Amino acid sequence: MRLVLKSIAVLAISGMAVFWWVTRPVTSDASVLAGLEPDLARGALVFHAGGCASCHAADGAEGDARFVMAGGRSFPSDFGTFYAPNISPDPDFGIGRWSTIDFYNALHHGVSPDGRHYFPAFPYTSYARATPEDIVSLHAFVMTLPATDAPNRPHDVGFPFSIRRSLGAWKWLFHDPEWVLEGDLSEEELRGRYLVEALGHCGECHTSRNVLGGLNYARWMAGAPNPTGSGNIPNVTPAKFDWSLSDTVEYFTSGFTPEYDTAGGHMADVIENLAQLPVEDRRAIALYLKRISPVE
Amino acid sequence: MLMKKGVILGVAGAVVAGTIAIAGGHGGNPAVKARKAHMQLYAHNLGILGGMAKGEADYDAGQAQAAADNLAMLATMKQMSYWPSGTSTDELGDETRALPAAWDPSNWDDLMAKSAAMTDAAAAMQAAAGSLEGVQASIGAVGGACGACHKVYRQPMN
Repeated sequence: MRLVLKSIAVLAISGMAVFWWVTRPVTSDASVLAGLEPDLARGALVFHAGGCASCHAADGAEGDARFVMAGGRSFPSDFGTFYAPNISPDPDFGIGRWSTIDFYNALHHGVSPDGRHYFPAFPYTSYARATPEDIVSLHAFVMTLPATDAPNRPHDVGFPFSIRRSLGAWKWLFHDPEWVLEGDLSEEELRGRYLVEALGHCGECHTSRNVLGGLNYARWMAGAPNPTGSGNIPNVTPAKFDWSLSDTVEYFTSGFTPEYDTAGGHMADVIENLAQLPVEDRRAIALYLKRISPVE
Repeated sequence: MLMKKGVILGVAGAVVAGTIAIAGGHGGNPAVKARKAHMQLYAHNLGILGGMAKGEADYDAGQAQAAADNLAMLATMKQMSYWPSGTSTDELGDETRALPAAWDPSNWDDLMAKSAAMTDAAAAMQAAAGSLEGVQASIGAVGGACGACHKVYRQPMN
């Protein structure tokens, strides 16, 4: 009996040790950014391609207000409601005190400067594929934007996700920065892959999720329920998405569909961002979409 | 003679009644149909300009200008009667995608501003349609103006 109890105690302690190990927040040290110089023009491009304003600008912001990263927008989900934080350069309410490596760890590892896991409503699962060069440039660009003292609103999430440490287990299961589309890709298709899978984080809405909120990679880009409203985010694999290259590029530029309807809902925000990119980048995304696996 | 007039009146009355019956009875709210028809006219004229901008059709100055003129005219037409109360998704379900927010008085200033932006974008296209470069440079702003309203006041496609 004594032995059994001891065994249980040993198992429990080792189980906790494993949990503690698995769920620990992992970060990189500053050496990963050694020698990298920020480029503001590149940072602006990353800002638009990454869609930062779509979540971090205030709800309904237009024009120059889309550069004020006040946060506050709500993101309802099956796990609770998340509120985008202030990521303006304000030292007290925003991220003005962050070092570049803090910024890198947030985007690449989903870990805050004080060592806490971020909820994956912040799409670091995609941003983890971004290059250190782009992250350094993005950080420099974000620091040039207006500061605002809009206070952060706490997320409204239930147990067990309310315990941040449990997100370490989520990351262990689902945080995989490998590329989704592998194979022999042209230079343009590689650029498209980078824009879709890393910066654009398109899969976050266009791919369905399992019960724990992990992306269902077998159905990559094959559509999903709309996370913030009624209806569905469409399947954009070649099984369902058959627009010509020029129609797709036009959609990413002006928002016009081949029938001259326009994008609505969240995709209208995405197109405002895509329209800021060079046309070669919009073409690269369109070319990438033709290469992904058709999923019915 | 009197008899003849009576027949004409009777025929005319029947035609009017028939027209009303078609408009009212053939599925759908006439105001919703009117605004969809208006959008369809936008789409048709944009299709001409967009086809040229994308390089799918040869640029033709006359056709481009005509389409841009139509666009500018459509953008200045008075639409009050298209949007009577009681014709949002709340009341009409799948018959419309117009969200109730478009009838919320607190949004009227925003709606007017977005409508004015559409008028401006269409006027810019009208002024620029004389060259292919002008069409290509102006169509994005037209799309942006359409999308700005659709983003907020139209239900996404299911």
